[in-house]
Amino acid sequence: MTEAKPAPAAAPARGKMKVELSDHFKTYKDVWVFIELERGQVHPVSWELLGEGRKLANKLGVELAGVVMGAPGDSADAAVAGAYEYGADLVYTIQDPLLADYRNEPFARGMTDLVNTYKPEILLLGATTLGRDLAGTVATTLKTGLTADCTEMAIDDDRSMGATRPTFGGSLLCTIYTLNVRPQMATIRPRVMSMPDREAGRTGRLVVHSLGMQEDSIVTKILNYIPDASKEDAHLAYADVVVAGGMGLGKPENFKLVKELASVLGAEYGGSRPLVQKGWIESARQIGQTGKTIRPRLYIAAGISGAIQHRVGVEGADMILAINTDPNAPIFDFAHQGIVGDALTVLPALTETFRRHLAQKRAAE
Amino acid sequence: MHIVVCIKQVPDSAQIRVHPVTNTIMRQGVPTIINPYDLFSLEEALRLRDKFGGKVTVLTMGPPMADTSLRKALSMGADAAVLLSDRCFAGSDTLATSYALASAIAKITETEPVGMVFCGKQTIDGDTAQVGPGIAKRLELNQLTYVERIDAVDETARKITVERRAEGGVQVLSTSLPCLITMLEGTNVVRRGTMEDMLRAARTEIPMWSAAKAGITDTALCGLKGSPTVVKKVFAPPPRKEKAKQIDVTGKTADDIAAATLNALFAADARLEETLFRQAGH
Repeated sequence: MTEAKPAPAAAPARGKMKVELSDHFKTYKDVWVFIELERGQVHPVSWELLGEGRKLANKLGVELAGVVMGAPGDSADAAVAGAYEYGADLVYTIQDPLLADYRNEPFARGMTDLVNTYKPEILLLGATTLGRDLAGTVATTLKTGLTADCTEMAIDDDRSMGATRPTFGGSLLCTIYTLNVRPQMATIRPRVMSMPDREAGRTGRLVVHSLGMQEDSIVTKILNYIPDASKEDAHLAYADVVVAGGMGLGKPENFKLVKELASVLGAEYGGSRPLVQKGWIESARQIGQTGKTIRPRLYIAAGISGAIQHRVGVEGADMILAINTDPNAPIFDFAHQGIVGDALTVLPALTETFRRHLAQKRAAE
Repeated sequence: MHIVVCIKQVPDSAQIRVHPVTNTIMRQGVPTIINPYDLFSLEEALRLRDKFGGKVTVLTMGPPMADTSLRKALSMGADAAVLLSDRCFAGSDTLATSYALASAIAKITETEPVGMVFCGKQTIDGDTAQVGPGIAKRLELNQLTYVERIDAVDETARKITVERRAEGGVQVLSTSLPCLITMLEGTNVVRRGTMEDMLRAARTEIPMWSAAKAGITDTALCGLKGSPTVVKKVFAPPPRKEKAKQIDVTGKTADDIAAATLNALFAADARLEETLFRQAGH
């Protein structure tokens, strides 16, 4: 069929670069998502990736699989069950006491082994500290391509995956392909993809694999684990309401105006990259491509110009309200509501108006 | 102990401008800096050298002009530098980059065994965090990423204990040397070099290694040829169809603007008011 057609106009640019997959890599099928299980909890990014993986698998007409690695027990079982409920058709699992806590060596070995045995064409991991640590090792071992921090994935007519991510410090976007090696690997930050619906009771097939390692052969030992006293940065990524400030605030003391509005709204607060670079706020509070990606119901950006690296971190918000003195600031290109004005006067007025409004509503209840 | 620190010369991202018409990066006149994340790793390496003795070698892959970054690292106190530069490295993705750097480190090890390799957590231009783990895998170094603190180093027993940032907490890990470490930002205060270091940096001849000099025999593993990934297009994101609806601010007080804003928000999204009410109740 395709041979009969005249050469399509769009193909040449691509045709030059793409190489026909070898017969070996042609056997690679299915979309896999690494289910990040750490200390008994599945990181929500894994469910978000199953939602995205589902779309890719449907487009390719293949199955979606979750990969669960951990110590045998309730939390690994719950992770397997969760994977089905969030869309996996099957789950590959390695359960071994050696996988109780994350260590690069046994996890990389297990994952590499699974890929070589069951041959996925796409492997997605969360761009967390664990996911990035693991993905870099696995991709190097497999000598395949790995695209970090993707913001959008698409499947081309020839079944290859185009992974789009910010580039040049977040000033532009680029689309990256892994040409003639499989699997095509990518990491995606938490909150970049939306959370899929959970279908309770949905189930699937289970493929059990063994790790085949002894503790003696693993050089790195975990001596202790110190949980964080506060988990505030996790709250920021998953907050329903977020207020953030940028250089338009003028000086560090004015950041309190952001905090005051956040406090009245019960919101989390954050800031743009320059604020972190200048030391006005801690890096865990940075919003944007290299900081936290957020998907709140309401995002209020005060004095933030809206560079691309910021935009990709907040575009998932349902409602973006931007305050900026410059009517031509790029943030007004993607915000839903805009106020051309000085954040230093608008923020306190908003704080007071919201405070009054919420108090009235509370009194009326 | 001999420590190698991998650094990258990057454009100062605060200075990057995109051409408004062609959507290409305007590179002219953009100053270059050492990738800021690398400095925390360099500082940590220098501290270990100051404490235990030995030597710090900084290594970079890049065009000949990348020697300015190496010289800067020397002026901060590094003892030696190697510039890995060859046309065949052009277009390297992270897999090809880790191959070239790992080859150079293996070459350095032939004459002066390397006990530790440091890399930055990630770069500010690529932001991948993949090259460090890639080097570790290729050289079979024990990998310690996102390190907040080095608790102890025992050179005789060839052991190291570190605190590593994990999701929701810190792992205390012990492993054997040789190892590869990426330091988390803000974990130390980067030093300024002494006058003596600056003078020495200015005088130092920085050796430039070709692929062959680094012991690379198969250039098919380098540059574009050795890169499984390819960048197909670079583009500015399409603008949203509609621009923001502007609240009318002409001649209004801040309070009037705020009131109009609340009305506009709740009119655009009927459920938002309820969300805020429940949210603020907490």
